[in-house]
Amino acid sequence: MQKVFGRPKGLTEVAFSFCPGCTHGIIMRLVGEVLEELEIIEDTIGVSPVGCAGFCQDFFSCDFVGAAHGRAQAVGTGIKRALPDRIVFTYQGDGDIAAIGTQHAIHTAARGEKITSIMVNNAIYGMTGGQMAPTTLEGMKTSTSPYGRDLVINGYPLDLPKTIATLDGVKYVASVSVDSPKNILQAKKAIKKAFQVQQAGLGFALVSVLSTCPTNWGLSPVDSLKWLRENMMPVYEMGELKVAEEVKNL
Amino acid sequence: MSNRVLMKGNEIIGEAAIRAGCKLFFGYPITPSTEIIEYLAKNLPKAGGTVLQAEDEIGAINMCYGAACTGTRVMTASSSPGISLKQEGISYCAAAELPVVLVNVNRTGPGLGGLGPTQSDYFQSTKGGGHGDYRLIVLAPSKAQELYDFTLEAFDLAEKYRNPVLILTDGFLGQMMEPVELKEKPTSPEVDKSWVVDGARGREKRIIASYSLTNEIGEANNLRWEAKFNGIKEKEQRWEEFYADDAEYLLVSYGTTGRISKSVVLNARKKGIKLGLIRPITLWPFPEKAFIPYKNKIKGIVTVELNTGQMIEDVKLAMDCCVPIYLYRRQGGMLPTETEILEFLEKQFKLSTEEV
Amino acid sequence: MARVKVLSEYCKSCRLCVEICPKGVLQIGDKTNAKGYYTAIVVDEEKCNGCTLCGIVCPDVAIEVYK
Ligand SMILES: Cc1ncc(C[n+]2csc(CCOP(=O)(O)OP(=O)(O)O)c2C)c(N)n1
Ligand code: SF4
Repeated sequence: MQKVFGRPKGLTEVAFSFCPGCTHGIIMRLVGEVLEELEIIEDTIGVSPVGCAGFCQDFFSCDFVGAAHGRAQAVGTGIKRALPDRIVFTYQGDGDIAAIGTQHAIHTAARGEKITSIMVNNAIYGMTGGQMAPTTLEGMKTSTSPYGRDLVINGYPLDLPKTIATLDGVKYVASVSVDSPKNILQAKKAIKKAFQVQQAGLGFALVSVLSTCPTNWGLSPVDSLKWLRENMMPVYEMGELKVAEEVKNL
Repeated sequence: MSNRVLMKGNEIIGEAAIRAGCKLFFGYPITPSTEIIEYLAKNLPKAGGTVLQAEDEIGAINMCYGAACTGTRVMTASSSPGISLKQEGISYCAAAELPVVLVNVNRTGPGLGGLGPTQSDYFQSTKGGGHGDYRLIVLAPSKAQELYDFTLEAFDLAEKYRNPVLILTDGFLGQMMEPVELKEKPTSPEVDKSWVVDGARGREKRIIASYSLTNEIGEANNLRWEAKFNGIKEKEQRWEEFYADDAEYLLVSYGTTGRISKSVVLNARKKGIKLGLIRPITLWPFPEKAFIPYKNKIKGIVTVELNTGQMIEDVKLAMDCCVPIYLYRRQGGMLPTETEILEFLEKQFKLSTEEV
Repeated sequence: MARVKVLSEYCKSCRLCVEICPKGVLQIGDKTNAKGYYTAIVVDEEKCNGCTLCGIVCPDVAIEVYK
């Protein structure tokens, strides 16, 4: 018998530090599989954020740099400018990339920086215990929006990928989800394409992945997937939001 | 072959960085530092490097962090408010032990302040600046040649100790035109690069990060850094002495006021006052060793500073407060005249002012 | 003929594999791993058709499938 499913070479043996059922782990596996399939493990330098994914430097088999909260794309820019022939990617939570790091999110994209960014949108600040994120949905209760996100006080949730897709330097933007096997396979395709865009030296690529936070949502892992599907997917524009001409030919 | 040219202070820093092998510069314009990024934007590409104007200073310092992780020589320059914005990133550079060269062309503060010469960022430069217990190696040039020489050396020092190095100047030094000898850079010593992150080709993967998972790891890290800082303190204290040997009184002053203080010493000597100068060159490590021979020898000290009295604290510590130590300061971009410094000294120490 | 294997030290008992398996091959067992989680176990190996759905949804890469 042959192994048809297992740990990809892009991941180390280290067990993930995420809570039970947290889909950060699925997304990391997908990235690990893509690194293996594109045969770029030895060429890649990853940049980890501050947040629940902050330990991902231990989980991937490639070189890694830990950035300050929100700064992963600036750090990635520095690495890529120093080593243009290497593959550089950032893996960031929604708070990291869409709140404290927004200036880098916009300008890394606008510059067409040849890096790949993975944004994990779980509508909450996981690491710090469930505070409101820029992506928290209207009416959603968090520890800093205990009465539910009030649009008058807190404003609207930010659909960052949609904004990024409007910028010229950007070659590929996709918003995907990992709530079902079908969508997980879709997500992997998008992640793979985002790395291929960089391999081809085309420009900036972003994949936003809707993800669960069972712990801070106060739901079971199974119910979290359902909640994501019913509440987040209608709010965030899904699918490939930008595919530049050059990318279509990849 | 002499290679003596007349250049603006800020441009000298840019030229020295190129000659030091700096390949990447990340910055954001701010007066009075802007000529550095402008000079490099024009000239670094000719030397095979890149200047990237970042979205802000936070972006710039974190780009430096990333580039330094690859072992590439990298620099950023700014002025006080910009340096404030960079502080979190500088702390991360110190924690990740990255050789980044920083330039602060100090402008007045707090707040937006003004563009005039000042030394208001002494505390910020020497006592940490950002969060956590770290130190920068801080070099304080006071003339064109030192702007050049110290910038060249800053890259070697940063790599030797794997620590950020800060060159602290001000608008006066940055804007002045002075002749400078563009000496060939001596070859840099071989340094260990087995820590750099450049893709795990045929080797184990590497991680550069600064999170301490446990308090035990945290303490071990702090002890390692402390040992490094102690080593730097032991080996790298630098200063210049001027008529200090037989002095009864000393001025202590660096950078722009260090220049002015030299003239004060000469004027005092003409009047028969045995005045000397200790001019700190490294502000961190502070040249404590310079003061040891003078502890039981001199009658008093005046520090000349462009702030409310910041370096004076280090001077008092270095002297164990064994003699009276006074501050003469101007602020907000104003420079003291030689006359007012000498009058202050004479008044404080009740010296006769007759010409000899 | 297929075989599914749970790497129990990675398992965190989240049940996503149990819910997704169309054949009911997996269940949460009554033994804990070193981290204290009751881990998923294979209860009906014969029925596994190697579809890998369990592996695809597992957030801890705790599943291997052989065919
Ligand atoms: C400068 C700074 N501000 C705040 C924090 C605290 N902090 C750490 S992670 C985090 C939010 C993380 O949320 P997100 O990026 O959405 O990632 P998640 O943990 O949900 O995966 C915050 C606010 C910090 N580490 N640094
Ligand atoms: S806190 Fe939320 S996002 Fe973080 S690991 Fe736990 S479930 Fe995942």
